[in-house]
Amino acid sequence: MLHRLQQPWVASIAIFVGFICIWAWFTTTTSGSGSAADAEYARLAGQSAPGQQASAIPSPWAVALRGYELIAHALDRDNPNNLGIAWHLLYSMGRVALGFTLALAVAVPLGFVLGLWPACYRALDPFIQVLRPVSPLAWMPLALYTFRDSTISTIFIIFICAVWPMLISTATGTASVRAEWLNVSRVFGVPRLEHVTRVVFPASVPMILSGMRISIGIAWFVIVAAEMVGAQSGIGYFIWNEWNNLQIASMIVAIVLVGGIGLALDVILKRIGERLSFRE
Amino acid sequence: MADLDINDVSMSFVDRSGKELRALDRISLAIEHSEFVCLIGHSGCGKSTLLNIVAGLLTPTSGAIRCAGAVVSGPAPERAMVFQSHALLPWMTCVENVHLAVKQAFRGASRSELMDRAEQALKLVHLEHAIGKYPFEISGGMKQRVGIARAFAVQPKVLLLDEPFGALDALTRSSLQDELVRIVETTKTTVVMVTHDIDEAIFLSDRIVALSNGPAARIGRIWKIETSRPRDRLKLTTDFEGIKYRKEILEFLYKKEPFPQLAS
Repeated sequence: MLHRLQQPWVASIAIFVGFICIWAWFTTTTSGSGSAADAEYARLAGQSAPGQQASAIPSPWAVALRGYELIAHALDRDNPNNLGIAWHLLYSMGRVALGFTLALAVAVPLGFVLGLWPACYRALDPFIQVLRPVSPLAWMPLALYTFRDSTISTIFIIFICAVWPMLISTATGTASVRAEWLNVSRVFGVPRLEHVTRVVFPASVPMILSGMRISIGIAWFVIVAAEMVGAQSGIGYFIWNEWNNLQIASMIVAIVLVGGIGLALDVILKRIGERLSFRE
Repeated sequence: MADLDINDVSMSFVDRSGKELRALDRISLAIEHSEFVCLIGHSGCGKSTLLNIVAGLLTPTSGAIRCAGAVVSGPAPERAMVFQSHALLPWMTCVENVHLAVKQAFRGASRSELMDRAEQALKLVHLEHAIGKYPFEISGGMKQRVGIARAFAVQPKVLLLDEPFGALDALTRSSLQDELVRIVETTKTTVVMVTHDIDEAIFLSDRIVALSNGPAARIGRIWKIETSRPRDRLKLTTDFEGIKYRKEILEFLYKKEPFPQLAS
């Protein structure tokens, strides 16, 4: 019995329950015992007491209830101003999928070429190093001005932030194939094209896939911010819209969903990586 | 004419500070057809460097290698190599690994003929059951067997082995040595092998070439191993002849050419 309690997942559940308890305690006590002082403060600040209560951090059950409501109406799309949360998530995932695929189509072939010809890599390296640390959002006004379309702009932002990790890890993976494998090709006289397709490429697959995993994480990270700035749909827009409506519970539900989907994307790419990479 | 002619080969490397380091100094050695030669010496003396020069993976600073009369200008399947770390491609099955090598050596042959050759090579090292397996599914000794099969499959003029059994346990090592002797005797292949195992060298070689300590290693001494074949591993450890070679080689390595750190 005792050693069963030492399982890590038991501790995880305990931490979760503890967190909910603390959250519940804080959200119920501040609106209960401190109400007199709060009301006075609200009057001084020129706010009405009910308004102050609506903007306070909601209790766990309020969030759970709001989550249930949002999920029950997740697929609503009868009214364009009241799109269900599932549609917002789908829009976001669609943009990420498009931007990520474009980045993949550019980064992997280009990275492969850079890895095979180190001179090219050295020539392009200064540009990569300058562009890579730029916050994706810094591109947003330029993208909006250039494309004059918010959806294309957000896809471009995803592209520009997802391209670097894949480009660099593909180039590194291609350039650092183990010497013993290169020697096999040389000793047995494997011709250039076959060497590239059957030795260098499979050898760099694990690095390419770890680059993809980093990129999809960053892309999902950035989509929320990009949609807050320049979109009329998507989960980032949803969170910003709910903030304007002071629907704190909706925002918390959305944050949990964003985290869950990010985790799912990471797990999927990890699985794909395990399947496609060679084993030793 | 010798199968392999190492003619006045020297090798220098330039280190980071731009200083020239001489690894091999004017090495000449002629290896006859179907002769088995072991290169022996302390680690770092340059025996693997010499083997890589023979393979064509390194270009000597001066001197030349001739294989069956032709000057060596790069690697080729006629000088197939068994690598220290088996060097199988982990994303290919055993037979695909052999097939990749066979395909280059027998251009113009049909796919079924090439597959046949690859499978035959694996049967030669008793690995018919591992044909469709990936390297991670088989043991270290079996991987090295695949490495040997791959090298023999291309029918090299000279087979080069770079400490091929170094990472294996003693029992696996002896069974692979027996396997190697059997195949070399049936195929009459010329072999150059790098090893630091004295017993292995005596058991396998027609000649043992000991290199002096680097830097600027030279050929220190050559023993002709006259023991008749087939050789008995146990008898070699107890017979006068075997003990004599062993003693002389040990004396050379530990007295005349002691390991640099021990000498100082």
